[in-house]
Amino acid sequence: MDGIAGKKSGLVWAVHLSTIALVLLWVVPTFGLLVSSFRTGDQIVGSGWWQSLSTQVQQLAAVRIEGDEVQRDGVFVIEGQLYAAGTDVSAWGTSSREPEAYEPGAVADLGDGVTLTVGADGGFVLSSPTTMADLRMPRVFATASTPPEFTVDNYTNVISSPLAGQSIGQAFLNTMTVAIPATIIPILVAAFAAYALAWMDFPGRALLVAFVVGLLVVPLQLALIPLLQFHNWIGIGKGYLGIWMAHTGFGLPLAIYLLRNYMVGLPRDIIENAKVDGATDFQIFTKIILPLSFPALASFAIFQFLWTWNDLLVALVFLGTGNDQQVLTGNIVNLMGSRGGDWEILSASAFVSIAVPLAVFFSMQRFLVRGLLAGSVK
Amino acid sequence: MHPALQALFVIVIGVGGCVFYFYASNIFLDKVLYPAKGPNAGRNTNRANMIRPWLFLFPALALLCLYLAYPVFATAWLSVFNRDGDFVGLGNYSAMFAEPKFVESLQNNILWLIVVPAAATAFGLLAAQLTDRIKWGNFAKSLIFMPMAISFVGASVIFKLIYDSRDANLSQIGLINAVWLKFDGGVGSFLMLRLVPFVLIGCLLLAIAWAGWSVLRPLVQGQGGGALLKAARVLGALVAAFLVYELAVWLYGIVTNELPYGQPQVWLQKPYWNNFFLMAVLVWIQTGFAMVILSAALRGVPEDTIEAATIDGANPFQIFFKIKVPQIMGTIVVVWTTITITVLKVFDIVLAMTNGQWETQVLANYMYDKLFRSLDWGMGSASAMIIMLLVTPILIWNVINARKEMR
Repeated sequence: MDGIAGKKSGLVWAVHLSTIALVLLWVVPTFGLLVSSFRTGDQIVGSGWWQSLSTQVQQLAAVRIEGDEVQRDGVFVIEGQLYAAGTDVSAWGTSSREPEAYEPGAVADLGDGVTLTVGADGGFVLSSPTTMADLRMPRVFATASTPPEFTVDNYTNVISSPLAGQSIGQAFLNTMTVAIPATIIPILVAAFAAYALAWMDFPGRALLVAFVVGLLVVPLQLALIPLLQFHNWIGIGKGYLGIWMAHTGFGLPLAIYLLRNYMVGLPRDIIENAKVDGATDFQIFTKIILPLSFPALASFAIFQFLWTWNDLLVALVFLGTGNDQQVLTGNIVNLMGSRGGDWEILSASAFVSIAVPLAVFFSMQRFLVRGLLAGSVK
Repeated sequence: MHPALQALFVIVIGVGGCVFYFYASNIFLDKVLYPAKGPNAGRNTNRANMIRPWLFLFPALALLCLYLAYPVFATAWLSVFNRDGDFVGLGNYSAMFAEPKFVESLQNNILWLIVVPAAATAFGLLAAQLTDRIKWGNFAKSLIFMPMAISFVGASVIFKLIYDSRDANLSQIGLINAVWLKFDGGVGSFLMLRLVPFVLIGCLLLAIAWAGWSVLRPLVQGQGGGALLKAARVLGALVAAFLVYELAVWLYGIVTNELPYGQPQVWLQKPYWNNFFLMAVLVWIQTGFAMVILSAALRGVPEDTIEAATIDGANPFQIFFKIKVPQIMGTIVVVWTTITITVLKVFDIVLAMTNGQWETQVLANYMYDKLFRSLDWGMGSASAMIIMLLVTPILIWNVINARKEMR
């Protein structure tokens, strides 16, 4: 067997390398956004996130000089610092056409005896023989190398300040408000129905199972207008109540299907013994079936939670379009429209919305996989 | 009332109401309506047991009928009326097919339907096969599976950063453009952008041509089963022929196209190709799903069949394609159809990334446009019915399978 093992080691290496390549391909996109969300806006547009650990040489945004003037030795002087500490100016200028006209420390003549000096550390001295109160302050363009900088300001910024009608923090609460009841309520309704379809004998049972299976694939796009009309007709209109009902309705086929498939597999003896001992169906259900079905209940709960948390369409249609009721996904789509280039805002917002599903995913992956297998392989 | 408080209230009312309903209705049935005592105890028990299933089923059935079954008919009904509420028969449908934007979205949807399930299943199969053979496979699996938890909107943000494009004199922050600018037309570019794609797509073309031929062959030889199967074979061969033609055009393009080296490209605004950039997002999300299910199926392949093949001298590729894949064909079909359904409903990705501009419109977003931007409920419902129509074959197939299983 040694010969075969020797031949195989090449293949084993190929397998390892291809797996690494595949995993990188799947992780890098998310990782890039995660890194970006911790960089300042200037740094994000200055260099790709893969260069975020290296010092970057870049043209800084123009800064208009400001400050209080002081009179010193007969000249009026404004002194100050243009950039954050750690910036290393390599060239600067006073017009956008010649952004690299001067060396650090060189003196620029701005006319009328006004002079400006910018040092390598970003410190500037603007001096003039007359008062500068009426002078239009010059702008400074500089090329500088800036050290890597990471910050959590993006997160505090998006969570608290309303950038697209409302803050991401508020949207987070709204999403919670939508997702939690929409996850819990269908479970109970579905569990009773699944028990009836799995363990009770009545005419038409097979037909009902087929009905549920058929509804599994009905696109919810069809339901939008009729249900909106219905909600308006019964007077709940657009709002949380409507979206809870809608998510419950849309989640039921999968819930019933998953739970029924699981319950059918429970041992018949237990249920028949309980019946012989005089337990009613209600008792059997609450005391035996529900506890035993916990894995299936958990996997459906995860599905439904991920689905309601990540949903955009149902929220757009059934929740008010008012700013105070927007969910995370809707808010981010708005941000993409209005602040499309502000990656520090977009990336942090996206990560606020991704964080909860990811936490649920990594902590309960086992149940999720089990549910997937039960839902599709059978 | 604060929404969070309201939510808590609804959970309590909803759950409590459910429990109360089931409990109280059972008590009512057993104690009041048909008590299991007195002269008719036996008959009463039987009657109660006939009614009880419907007590258990009632809330679920009511919700299902109201929220999923009724809307199918209501939408069909709405789709034959115009904006002013006049009956127009199939007028909305014919108007829709005359609209270039609708035809565009139908074409794009067909492209999505072919590419995404195929790519996601293929990548999923590859990932499943690779990760099953190594020690850190489970770790690799959960990383590839992770996008499953990310919303379509979140994924759109992630990929928008990757496709980002900035002027040539600025540094690129999108990964694709940064890589693209590394190519300068030299030997490396020839290798990576002409030779490798040519070989890969050439192989794909040959594989599809072979698959198309093997589907059609029984028909040519005068066999091929019943009429339905024959029709399916012709259809499969036609799809394969279309793909072969399309790939041949690609091959020609790879050889002849002048590539704009050194110019950052706005990937999402290149008609036809931008569809593929959007599809990449969905493939990225769905591959994990395919991988998980296919890996379970692969593990279920009986060990002795593989051993027998090994003893007969089959190499790993032969074992994979000739022993394993045929045995998990059923699962592959299930994965394929599940992803197909997801593709038909794809909406968030297109809305967030291009909103259907630059010829990327798809049916679901077209419908949303009609319903909530043009406020034309007739046309919107008609396009929703088209989606329903496309799903129907899968629906019927699922129901037939479920009926088989029940027996």
